Amino acid sequence: MSFLDKHEKLERNSLLLLGCTIIVILIGGLVEIVPLFRMETVIEPVEGMRPYTPLELVGQNIYMRENCSVCHSQQIRPLRDEVVRYGHYSLAAESMYDHPFQWGSKRTGPDLARVGGKYSDEWHSRHLIEPRDMIPESVMPSYGFLMKRGATLHDLKYHLRALRAVGVPYTDDMIKNATRDAKVQAVGEDRVDTTGLLERYGEKVNARDFDGQPNMISEMDALIAYLQVLGTFIDFDAAKDVEGGAQ
Amino acid sequence: MTIMTDQTEPEYNYDVVRLFTLATVFWCIVGLLVGLLIASQLAFPDLNIEPYFNFGRLRPVHTSAVIFAFCGNALFATSYYVVQRTCGVRLWNDKLAHFTFWGYQLFIVMAAVGYIFGVNQTKEYAEPEWYADIWLTVVWVSYLLVYLMTCIKRKEPHLYVANWFYLSFIVTVAVLHIANNLSIPAEFVGAKSYSVFGGVQSAMIQWWYGHNAVGFFLTAGFLGMMYYFVPKQANRPVYSYRLSIIHFWSLIFIYIWAGPHHLHYTALPDWAQTLGMTFSIMLWMPSWGGMVNGVMTLSGAWHKLREDPILQFMIISLAFYGMATFEGPLMAIRSVNSLSHYTDWTIGHVHSAALGWNGFITFGALYYMVPKLWGQTRMYSTKLISLHLWIATIGIVFYITAMWVSGIMQGLMWRTYDEMGFLQYSFVESVMAMKPFYIIRAMGGCLYLTGALIMTYNIWRTIRGDVNVKEFGPDQTQSQTLAQSPQTQGAMA
Repeated sequence: MSFLDKHEKLERNSLLLLGCTIIVILIGGLVEIVPLFRMETVIEPVEGMRPYTPLELVGQNIYMRENCSVCHSQQIRPLRDEVVRYGHYSLAAESMYDHPFQWGSKRTGPDLARVGGKYSDEWHSRHLIEPRDMIPESVMPSYGFLMKRGATLHDLKYHLRALRAVGVPYTDDMIKNATRDAKVQAVGEDRVDTTGLLERYGEKVNARDFDGQPNMISEMDALIAYLQVLGTFIDFDAAKDVEGGAQ
Repeated sequence: MTIMTDQTEPEYNYDVVRLFTLATVFWCIVGLLVGLLIASQLAFPDLNIEPYFNFGRLRPVHTSAVIFAFCGNALFATSYYVVQRTCGVRLWNDKLAHFTFWGYQLFIVMAAVGYIFGVNQTKEYAEPEWYADIWLTVVWVSYLLVYLMTCIKRKEPHLYVANWFYLSFIVTVAVLHIANNLSIPAEFVGAKSYSVFGGVQSAMIQWWYGHNAVGFFLTAGFLGMMYYFVPKQANRPVYSYRLSIIHFWSLIFIYIWAGPHHLHYTALPDWAQTLGMTFSIMLWMPSWGGMVNGVMTLSGAWHKLREDPILQFMIISLAFYGMATFEGPLMAIRSVNSLSHYTDWTIGHVHSAALGWNGFITFGALYYMVPKLWGQTRMYSTKLISLHLWIATIGIVFYITAMWVSGIMQGLMWRTYDEMGFLQYSFVESVMAMKPFYIIRAMGGCLYLTGALIMTYNIWRTIRGDVNVKEFGPDQTQSQTLAQSPQTQGAMA
């Protein structure tokens, strides 16, 4: 009966009970979470990862606003069928600049971790305007309104600054030119000088009119710019020899 | 039974409990209605109305309305009721208690309006943005204060077991909420913020939060409810005091580790996944400790189960709790999870718990509390309680069997190969195969909603002071005296 007697102390003292409860619930979380911030092996550095361009960031924020991740995952598991269907399994580094992660938990629609470059811009805009025009059996909602809404670009420097505060390596130059870079990327290399954008974010950046409406920078532009870059940062063919594990 | 030495009966604060009770019923209907709508959207995509009523924006309205609004208000209502009755004192600080009511409703409205207008952090069950999160923190700390101070000034020497669970639920949710929502607003006047954590760390912290929202909000808190209302309705003491001690401490210790099972086969390090899986399996036993303690409370009073639909609600809820806490560890095994993850099986699992366990124990508690709160002797109609029970049970069976079949089918279709070694099915073929099950699921939800509407009617008539004459005879009236006497309703502890 001794343990019951000891427990009685807790039952008679609310604060002691509360204190013990807090200690007991903190242990598991600390053991699982703290090492993730201290071990270099959690995120192995890979070549090609870069922060999103301002336009892609606007696109990701639209993706988050519309809550796309409740139906689309961005995390390919190292299982045979997933690698065949979607491509190389997702690496930790690939989502390191997502605040928060967009891995999702349900696939009502397919995984989008490597959707970038798989379909044309036109396919994406037509599919987003009316999914059933492209895939008759789709149950996805329509997002035609994105074509009509101008993307909000004027406050981008604040967004980049906030992201830098949480660890995304945006430079002063990137923050200063955020709005300009977004416009340049959506107007495209055919009509404006994209040198500054490419210098800051790399030669592979897609700079073009994404939504087929050259006269405006719509939310559709931003969302497609984001979708088209998903999973394309790392060149897995080039990494195959180095890493040894890539299929 | 407590013997009241003090002749002046404590004046309990039932006002705030009544408010939370009404809010529980209201948000129950809202949450189920939105659930029915989004379930139908998956079968009939034309029901999406862009942009505000698209599935993506409505889904968190449904989950928040059910988890935080319906279940949350039920937890507030019952915890304030239970803590007063088992401590034998009035709730500490009326003003702060009322503030928790209005503050919490404001949080729910802020969150839901935000989702509709696209304000969303995208962390599941932690979608509200920074301003709503800060507001909720204020409300929640007030809740902890009211609850804890009531416990501290109690007249009973011992703190009854229900209060241990409620207290652990309140304090753990505070810890989880604050840690998971650390973020930096992009602009001080804008809604958008960026999570302090990114990528794999944010995933781990989110599911540490997410699974323990289940573990503490929907389990520990509801076990507190169970530990008061089941013994009261059965009029029997709790089956085993020792079991309650063991399963309380092991439950709260082990639950907190289980989060990584949401991240099997992802970029989260394997050691964390393995820990999550191991503790999830260990969690089976403390979970069943609660179920056994609840069900066995009926020993020697099993005959009551035959006639009393309120008790039936409670015992069926414990059966669903037992089933869901068996299914959970099973799905946390990595190889099972490789099939079940990303599919409707998960949706079926959470609904067997939410509809079966959380819903039914709440309905049981409401049917027990409402007549007492409004000074009546009994619910308006017992037959309607019974009708609610059976309609809702059939609804759940429709729902979860449809989701089991569709989930497993989906998982199997994704990994089927033809004889050449290629994938047999395109993704959209798996979408097409879901349609009949989405329709059956919506029908199940419709039944469950119908049951809840019957309950609403029954509660409304009870509050009005009506008695169903056909059931109880013409000379029955609601007595105003019995329920208000604390001697007949003495604390269990």
